[in-house]
Amino acid sequence: MSYALQKLAEEKVFKDPVHRYIHVRDQVVWDLIGTREFQRLRRIRQLGTTYLTFHGAEHSRFNHSLGVYEIIRRIVDDVFASRPEWDHSERLLCLCAALLHDLGHGPFSHSFEKVFDLDHEDFTQKIILGETEVNQILSKVAPEFPQKVADVIAKTYENKQVISLISSQIDADRMDYLQRDAYFTGVSYGHFDMERILRVLRPLGDQVVIKSSGMHAVEDYIMSRYQMYWQVYFHPVTRSSEVILTKILHRAKELSSQGYQFAYEPRHFKSMFTGDVTLQDYLNLDESVVTYYFQMWEDEKDPILRDLCDRFMQRRLFKYVEFDPSKEYKKLNQLEQLFEEADLNPDYYLVVDSSSDLPYDFYRPGEEEERVPIHLLMPGGELKELSRHSEIVDAISGKRRTDHKLYYPKDYLMDDSTHKETKQKILEILGVTAR
Amino acid sequence: MMKDHARLMQAFSAVDEIVGRKKLQKIIFIAKKHEYAFQEKYQFHFFGPYSEELTLRVEELCNMGFLKEFNEKKSGYYQYRYEVTNEGRDFLASQNEEPGSGLAPFLTELNQQSSRFLELVSTILYFDSFERAECIEKVKKVKEKQNYTEEEIQEALAYIAHLKDFS
Repeated sequence: MSYALQKLAEEKVFKDPVHRYIHVRDQVVWDLIGTREFQRLRRIRQLGTTYLTFHGAEHSRFNHSLGVYEIIRRIVDDVFASRPEWDHSERLLCLCAALLHDLGHGPFSHSFEKVFDLDHEDFTQKIILGETEVNQILSKVAPEFPQKVADVIAKTYENKQVISLISSQIDADRMDYLQRDAYFTGVSYGHFDMERILRVLRPLGDQVVIKSSGMHAVEDYIMSRYQMYWQVYFHPVTRSSEVILTKILHRAKELSSQGYQFAYEPRHFKSMFTGDVTLQDYLNLDESVVTYYFQMWEDEKDPILRDLCDRFMQRRLFKYVEFDPSKEYKKLNQLEQLFEEADLNPDYYLVVDSSSDLPYDFYRPGEEEERVPIHLLMPGGELKELSRHSEIVDAISGKRRTDHKLYYPKDYLMDDSTHKETKQKILEILGVTAR
Repeated sequence: MMKDHARLMQAFSAVDEIVGRKKLQKIIFIAKKHEYAFQEKYQFHFFGPYSEELTLRVEELCNMGFLKEFNEKKSGYYQYRYEVTNEGRDFLASQNEEPGSGLAPFLTELNQQSSRFLELVSTILYFDSFERAECIEKVKKVKEKQNYTEEEIQEALAYIAHLKDFS
């Protein structure tokens, strides 16, 4: 029997708090889970620094990847099993792409990617196509199979239905992370009737659409997504920890470029600093390694790196004020000057953070062919874009969705043992009262 | 601070107006491929390279009052048009960001093309690490629905060569 069709002698199951069980019958899937590249995902948190705000958010990309696989398995094995519009030969490809879709994520990947100009999607491709255990297993299915899996994840595969299942505005990725993130953060948002949504999914033409009778379940999903963005993903305290993390990486990179001698040599970061990161360098980094360096750097002689690492490790985060760039951008120059007078480098201690800096998106109705929207399949067979039919979704889609905050180290500014007048002036401009 | 917003404002102020969100997406992608310092991250989507970050940043610039967005009804769909406001010009003047050399003529050139054509050009550029024949084959596969003719593809390839003169 070909490797692609091989089944395990006995079904394996993983206990899972979101889906109850993750079921594995395929030998290929089981072998992929056992690879060192996939196991590495256990050491990458799904929500980056969110655990500093919601202490339960310690779940990993490993958990989430298994969850996405399980949703896809249910769709292709159950929901689409009797659908003639679905190409059943794509089953294993869907399962593998679902399992591996986040394989290239690095530690705290959002900040890392910004500072070191990296792209986790590029690394996903490199892991799948490079000299890795994952590639060895996929190649055993067929020589061209790794490329097919890579194409699905890169959204350049020719069968758009397959892409639509893994990555669209209502896909297995989002359905898993909304529920999983809600569970682990402990918030009461993020819940929706996934069973119902799965039952009304229909493969049609280039996409997967929703039978119109399932519209209310989809409304609930869109509402959950909206609430999770504002309550969890855009949480201002998490954004503060991301700001500090980004500044640590910037500082370490800058010091390295200036020939600074680190007391503890940042061996794992060397190629990040120079911009020639190999696949192996990338795979050697995980969140345990990164936080180990941060702990070491708490004793560095550079005062900025030392302070920022201490802030991150001890959760002494920056505070924030709401910032309206349209009215207040001019005061940034003034604040920068005052920060320098107060011996605070504004490049590291005064930060505007905007909602566009965050890696999450809202539902978009796909105007002008930006993104493919969610389509409802009406009883007569015609397709209708969701927000045209649902007043709830329409109301959310049109809502103002931008937000800016100005982050600063309040503890330092409140300490009036030095630069008292300047600090007072800064606090006045920020509109912060001494307390 | 707000450098990424300022860079986008430079792009908008380099041309009189940009008509169409799809066109805007493709213009910035092509400029980025030609080493202009836009930071917005792109992924491949159904209609070619697309950046959610760009969409959101433009929305922010509109909400700040630096850009004016006009929503015009065309036959069967809405089209968006963008213009820089006086407040936007003031903001840009207050920033110490220099536009990349040759940015204005480069964007003006792109802005004269149709969004359909720019979709093809940006898709070819997205696969520019492939060999030429492989790239064309890939573009035909992922853009099957758009039905690009051989002539259009050749025109796009010639145009990409022409763009090198600007950068």
